[in-house]
Amino acid sequence: MKRGLSLEVDTPLRDFPLRVELAVDPGERLAVVGPSGVGKTTVLRLAAGLLSPASGRVSLGSEVWLDTRASVDLQPERRRCGYLFQDYALFPHMSAWGNVAFGVRGARRQRRDRALQMLERFGVAGLADARPETLSGGERQRVALARALAADPQVLLLDEPLSALDPVTRKGSLRELHGLLEELEIPVLVVTHSFDEAALLADSLVVLDRGQVVQRGSAAEISARPRSAFVADFAGAVVLRGTASTEPGGLTLVHLEGGGAVRSTDRGEGRVAVSVFPWEISLEPAGSAPADSVLNRVEGEIASLTSVGNRVRVGLAVPQLLSMEVTARSAEAMGLEAGARVTAAWKATATRLIQV
Amino acid sequence: MRRRSWFGFLATVAAGLAVAFLVVPIVAIFANASPGRLIEALGEESARDALWLSLRTTAIAMAIVVVVGAPAAYLLALRDFRGRALVLTAIELPLVVPPAVAGIALLAAFGPQGIFGSAIAGAGIELVLQTAGVVVALLFVSAPFFLRQAIAAFAAIDPRLLEASRTLGAGPFRTFATVAAPSARAGLASGLALAWGRALGEFGATLMFAGSLQAVTQTAPLAIFAEFNRPDGFVAALALSAVLIVVSAVLLIGIKLLGGDRAVEGTER
Repeated sequence: MKRGLSLEVDTPLRDFPLRVELAVDPGERLAVVGPSGVGKTTVLRLAAGLLSPASGRVSLGSEVWLDTRASVDLQPERRRCGYLFQDYALFPHMSAWGNVAFGVRGARRQRRDRALQMLERFGVAGLADARPETLSGGERQRVALARALAADPQVLLLDEPLSALDPVTRKGSLRELHGLLEELEIPVLVVTHSFDEAALLADSLVVLDRGQVVQRGSAAEISARPRSAFVADFAGAVVLRGTASTEPGGLTLVHLEGGGAVRSTDRGEGRVAVSVFPWEISLEPAGSAPADSVLNRVEGEIASLTSVGNRVRVGLAVPQLLSMEVTARSAEAMGLEAGARVTAAWKATATRLIQV
Repeated sequence: MRRRSWFGFLATVAAGLAVAFLVVPIVAIFANASPGRLIEALGEESARDALWLSLRTTAIAMAIVVVVGAPAAYLLALRDFRGRALVLTAIELPLVVPPAVAGIALLAAFGPQGIFGSAIAGAGIELVLQTAGVVVALLFVSAPFFLRQAIAAFAAIDPRLLEASRTLGAGPFRTFATVAAPSARAGLASGLALAWGRALGEFGATLMFAGSLQAVTQTAPLAIFAEFNRPDGFVAALALSAVLIVVSAVLLIGIKLLGGDRAVEGTER
């Protein structure tokens, strides 16, 4: 039976204390997001047992991994979390299959078979005998994922899984990782400084700032109703789900789940995630005539208005929750209020598609 | 053609002088002794005893240096504690202590009148004028060479490799044996080569602590000195020296080849 991970820790970091409480159910994907240096990686290290907190409790189902009050602190090798390190940390003196087989028990033959099977699953079986130094960034990531999952871990921890990749590889890898994480039935905890990545990879997000959880929720909720200017600055593109098809003329038309359609200059076919930044979207009164070349016009009801300094975050039910940002002055001029119907408009060129 | 600068010229001359000065004496040994005479000198029992003793004692000392020194260096490289810098300096001290002083120091500690003298005698162990005493002297002068290199090599390992090993189910020992030691292989090998070279050449501390008894404590360097002091012994000393050079060179190259390319260059990250 798969069990959920729960973690509650309090420990001093160099500049501030880290106080985090979170729970991840089996099959759930939780992202810890925030800028660099807020303690995200420390959360993973605490979960894996690579670091012991001043006080706290970490457990997997009924199995207690750490309880400072009961003086329980299981060594990392007894927790056996699948851990994907930021730079993948492949053993340089071992072949790819040697790396993958490292955590597998049994006779050499069985370990090798298991390693090859995992490498096959990640499409890099042909590189089994290659040394890590000869692999590209994307290949290293696959070998590292294969290694992390080869011994059937109870939890998967991912530290900035895409940051070591170049932008082109990253996009393909994001799609693959999304597919992989959806299949897993164990708790997945992913740490990233990219809100967009978190929005796509995780079901729910925890925003961390200087060691404290400042907001929790789905990416759409956080983007539409940021609790502070910090979160608003950080919470970027929101993700809408839909089905894409290519139109005559080369544009891609995406029918959004729940209704509505948008166009993008990106290519895509079948199930896609559409992302657009809140500040790329402008607001018009509902029913107003299209005045310019903006291709995407979606009408919806204002679900929320959140004032952050001199601007206002608007959550619009289209019916998926879409967030956009307008200045406080124009929000006042337009008389925006919850429940009002407005049209959100943005360019096809500002619409990113990710095949999922 | 570009004119060579005066500095480039001087540096070339300096490099030529340095290499020549270091190589000429070594070559001179072989130039002075014909192969026939070398073999003849080796036929003497005292020479064979000395060589065999040198190989045996240095091999035992190196085994101890690696078995005790590698885990010790691993701990010192990774663990941060109060007084760490002091400990690191202390274990390097034998490097700068003159061999004669090392001999006196060993006598003061482990000799019959030394502070641990009665305890060692009580345990039924004899060091002075014994082969075991040679090993102790070799350990004292050569271990720091290995430790220094080993600590640097372990400290240079990406700590995430060690953490990855732990999350993959390997305990501290398996992590040390299968990840840390292979990653530090080049540094460990070059440290071992330096230590072994130093041990083979050890003279002063051995002489003062263990003496110079043929087949018991008279290692090759001590035998060379004994031959040299005999009338007409120069050729025998020369022959033994030549053999010692060959043995040292073979060991050095062998160990460095085992350690991989980086050990041959002798550089660590």
